Amino acid sequence: MSTAGELLEVSLGPQHPSTHGVFRMNAVLDGETIVKLKPVMGYLHRNHEQIGEGITYIGSFPFTDRLDYFSAMSNNFGLAIAIEKLGGITASERGEYLRIIMAELTRLVNHTAVTGFLLNDMGAFGTPLLYAFREREKILDLFEAASGSRMMCNYVRPGGVRQDVPEDWLKQAKEIVDHYPHFLDEFEKLLTENEIIRQRAQNVGVLSKELAVNASITGPMLRASGVDYDIRKVDGYSLYPRFSFRVPLGSVGDVYDRYYIRILEMRQSVKILQQALKDIPEGPAISPKGAAMGKAPRTFRPAKNEAYGRIEAPKGELGFYLVSDGSPQPYRYHVRAPSFVNLTVLEDLCIGHKVADAIIILGSIDIVLGEVDR
Amino acid sequence: MAFIGAGVLRGMGVTFRTFLETYPWGRVLLRGLRQPAVEGLVTIEYPDVKQKHAERFRYFPFLVYDGTPDNLRCVSCKICEQECPPQCIYITGPAKDEQGRPQKANGRTFPVEFKIDVSICMSCRICVDVCPFDAIEMDNQYELSSSERFGSLILNKQELLKPNEYFQRIKPTEASEVDARLAAKRPKPQPVFPPKAP
Ligand code: SF4
Ligand code: SF4
Repeated sequence: MSTAGELLEVSLGPQHPSTHGVFRMNAVLDGETIVKLKPVMGYLHRNHEQIGEGITYIGSFPFTDRLDYFSAMSNNFGLAIAIEKLGGITASERGEYLRIIMAELTRLVNHTAVTGFLLNDMGAFGTPLLYAFREREKILDLFEAASGSRMMCNYVRPGGVRQDVPEDWLKQAKEIVDHYPHFLDEFEKLLTENEIIRQRAQNVGVLSKELAVNASITGPMLRASGVDYDIRKVDGYSLYPRFSFRVPLGSVGDVYDRYYIRILEMRQSVKILQQALKDIPEGPAISPKGAAMGKAPRTFRPAKNEAYGRIEAPKGELGFYLVSDGSPQPYRYHVRAPSFVNLTVLEDLCIGHKVADAIIILGSIDIVLGEVDR
Repeated sequence: MAFIGAGVLRGMGVTFRTFLETYPWGRVLLRGLRQPAVEGLVTIEYPDVKQKHAERFRYFPFLVYDGTPDNLRCVSCKICEQECPPQCIYITGPAKDEQGRPQKANGRTFPVEFKIDVSICMSCRICVDVCPFDAIEMDNQYELSSSERFGSLILNKQELLKPNEYFQRIKPTEASEVDARLAAKRPKPQPVFPPKAP
């Protein structure tokens, strides 16, 4: 009896290590080739937006840590920018520098970890991931010294950062940042030229420029497809126009490009960090208005208005949309999560590839379910 | 690239180097070959060995008292209860006498009961930020797990109270700042005026 042409439906997840959390892919297979794929999300829904409407603006900060738990500092930063726009708060200069340093360190953490995980998905079990985590750990130690927590930092505030960094922190940060290129070299030696990785990743899951733009993909994934769009450059928010850095672009838009673009972005982040650590001025870490707001969250009552603040988070455009009705709590609080939007093209990328490729395509999109489901 | 497989071999070279770095003899060997060698073993064997945490490391709040436990700084204003994002602080109080007048100890009102739920607290430190009296601070004790949901996971006032000396010990920088701030707030002893005639 022939089974040619018969389709098989396979449910990957929600309890599957390769889906990076509780995410489910319903794949329809013809032999080993994917003909249809339906992403199912929502298993980790935590009512983030509704909770944000029931507490003060400051109260939402610890919850944003839990959105994309790899990059808590960036998430805080995004909300801080939105609140600053809404309430007309300006940040102190040292505060801005510290926020940029934190955001770029977060980018290092995120890209290092995701590269490790991607390799894990490819079957390089353990080694690259543990190398990545070894480096990540050092930066997490920095976060702990500054904010008191390794991952749930809750550190950035409208107007600056909650507390100034401790003594010697900048020196330690400089050491780690200066060492980073060596690690990246080692990491690249391990991976970039590796023929097995090239075989696995090149020309797999190609995302065309047009589709990327039409699906409003952002972040490294968009740039891997060759679209020059980096909110740090486009918006020039915070003090980013002061730093010189380039936006690396991919050419093909396959899994390999998405891996390599992250390595290149880390090198640029190191450049920004070195400039920021050199130029950081003395002064208060938070502006008076921001400090008052942190001490007494209910005194902050922005006028009836709306604001959308966005940043270039490690995963893409992270936006916070706030509507105020004049009370201490937002009337509407919405998060534009990059992981969620980037995930929408999963089916287009996977069709025609093997099941094993679907896993690495998902890995290369770089999702964190805390952010997808909110 | 020279030949197919060169990239794989070079990668294996990196793993072999790291392998050598995890052993003392390996590091000696590497240094003998004039290679930089750092300690490659970075894991810690918890719980036998514990990681040293930064001074600011925060896990769970505690209530500070000066001297004796009845001289606690908390006046039961309930601001922290209101602002705690996941709403895990439960305060009963301030303490009242039979006529319903607020009772005072050391010139301050005080809470009858003060409970925080460990399993809900998300270590955010917002309660510390909003407390106007510096009465609540973050502890760095993190081994609070338990096999039951209630009971030992809900800490009451007695368990939360810790002396200022303890705060000084775990977070010297922060505690000194708080002490300085409180000293500035305290009214200075007034000089007796007019001076008594001898
Ligand atoms: S800990 Fe501070 S904020 Fe909370 S009730 Fe006591 S005095 Fe008020
Ligand atoms: S640390 Fe945060 S969650 Fe815990 S009791 Fe304080 S305010 Fe509540």
